[in-house]
Amino acid sequence: MFSLESITTLVQDWLNKTFSPNLALFFEFVIIGVLAIALFAGLGLVLVIMERKVAAWIQIRLGPNRVGPKGMFQSLADTVKLIMKEGLTPDGADKFLFNLAPYIVMMVAMLVLAPIGFAKGFHIWDINIGVLYVSAISSVSVIGILMAGWASNNKYSLLGAMRSGAQMVSYELSVGLSVLSIIVLTGSLGLNDIVLSQQDGWWIFKGHIPAIISFVIFIIAVTAETNRAPFDLAEAESELTAGFHTEYSGMKFALFFLAEYINIFIVCAIGATLFLGGWMPFHIGTWEAFNHIMDYIPSFIWFFGKTFFLIFLIMWFRWTFPRLRVDQLLNLEWKYLLPISMFNLILMTLVSIKGWHF
Amino acid sequence: MFIKEYFKDIYNAIKSLLVGMNRTGYYFTHHKEIITQQYPDNRLELNLPERFRGEVVMAHDDVNEHACTGCSACELACPNGTIKIINKFDISPEGKKKKAIDTFVYHLELCTMCGLCVEACPTDAIKMANTFEHSVYTRGQLTKQLNKPDSKLRAGVE
Repeated sequence: MFSLESITTLVQDWLNKTFSPNLALFFEFVIIGVLAIALFAGLGLVLVIMERKVAAWIQIRLGPNRVGPKGMFQSLADTVKLIMKEGLTPDGADKFLFNLAPYIVMMVAMLVLAPIGFAKGFHIWDINIGVLYVSAISSVSVIGILMAGWASNNKYSLLGAMRSGAQMVSYELSVGLSVLSIIVLTGSLGLNDIVLSQQDGWWIFKGHIPAIISFVIFIIAVTAETNRAPFDLAEAESELTAGFHTEYSGMKFALFFLAEYINIFIVCAIGATLFLGGWMPFHIGTWEAFNHIMDYIPSFIWFFGKTFFLIFLIMWFRWTFPRLRVDQLLNLEWKYLLPISMFNLILMTLVSIKGWHF
Repeated sequence: MFIKEYFKDIYNAIKSLLVGMNRTGYYFTHHKEIITQQYPDNRLELNLPERFRGEVVMAHDDVNEHACTGCSACELACPNGTIKIINKFDISPEGKKKKAIDTFVYHLELCTMCGLCVEACPTDAIKMANTFEHSVYTRGQLTKQLNKPDSKLRAGVE
C-alpha cells in the first residue's frame, strides 16, 4: 500500500543524519512552508474551476469549456488576469489596515492547516488540543474582515463587514456545540485521536441520531461561517456590491478570494475528520475481510474524497437556495440552531455515558 | 401551542429544502437537459425554435407571387419607422385604377425584431425568419427590399 508516512520518515531521517538537529528542524520548516503554499495554490485553482462547473451543470448549462480540455485551465487564465490588475488603494483609506487585512485572513487560513491530518501520520503538528486550537484561530478571521470593512473608507463596505462579523460570531457558537458533541463521544480533543477512535466505523454511523443532527447543524453553521451559500448577504454581488472587499482589486482581492475558498476547504476538512473519519477508510465494526479490502485504498484518497464530497455539498447549497435576509439569518441561528444544538449536546452526553452508541 | 408550531416549522423547512436539492441534483446528474448550444461549432445542425424572431421576410411562392396588398398596416404598427411602403397605381383588367405595392423598404439596421408588423398584417404576407447572422461591412447592405422584383400580388388575397 502506498503510504505518505514512509516518505516523511525517510526525509526526516536523512535530514537528521546530514545536519545538526536545529538545522534539520529549520529545513523541515522550509519544506512545510513550501508544501503549504503549493497546497493553497493548487486548491485555489481546483476549487474555482470546480465551483464554476458545478454551478453551470446545476443551472443546465455548460460552464467554462474553451480554455483547456473541457475548460480545465480557466483558473490559470483568471490568475494571470488578477496578477495584471492594478491594486488601487482608495484615497481616504487607512493605508496600514487596508494593506494588512488580506494578510490576516490568509494567515488564519494557513494556521488552521496545522493540526489537520491529511493522511495516516501526515500532519504538521498533532497538538493534543487540536479542536480547541482550530476553533480559537478561526475566530481571529473576523478581525481581518472588520479591518477590511473599516479601512476601506466606504459606508457600504463597513455595513457589509459589520453584518459579516455579526454572522460569523453567532454561527461559531453552533459550530462549537456540534463539534463538542463528537468530542463527548471521543473523550479527546486531539484530531489524530479522534480519527483513530473511528477505526471501527465513522462517528456519523456509530453515533446514529444525535450525530446526524450534529452533522446537519455543523454543515449549516459552517456554510454561514464562511459567508457562503444562502448566507452570503455580506458579499452578495447584487446587494452590497461586494461587501467588505468592494474596494480591493488586483492581488489583494485575489488573496481574499483565495482565502474564502481555502476556508471552505478547511472547514470541510474538519467536518470530514470529526464526522466522516478523516483519513480512516470505511470500516464496518468487526468485518475483518471487508476492512482489510478497504485499507488498500491509500488514506489520503479517503481524506480528499470525503472533503471534496462535503465541498460539493456546500456548493450544491449555494445554487439551490435563495439568499437569507440578515434578520432571518440571525433568527435562524439564535432561535433554531443554538437551542437544538444545546439539546443535542445533552442527548449525546446521555448516549455517551450510557453507552447507547455502537 | 408554541412547541408544536416550532417543530412543524422545522419539519416543513427541511422538507422544502430537500425538494429543492432533489431538483437541482437532478439537473446536475442529467446532462441531456443542458440547453447551451455550442455555436459556432454546431452551425450546420443548428435547430432554432419556431418562435425565434430573426428578420422580417415576405413569403413568395413558386410563381413569384406574394400576399402584400400595400395597405401599410405594418408601416403604421412599427414603433420606430423601420418599414416604408411605396405604392404604385396599377390599371386593372376592367380599366379601374388599383393601388398595388411597388417597393417594401425594410431597414434591418433599425429593426428591433418586436414582431408587431407581422401581427398587424391582415393577409399574413410577412413573417419572422430565423436567420441571425446579419453582420455586413457596409451599411447600405442593410436596407432591403422585401418584395422580389417582377413579383405581383396573388389573386384572391384582397
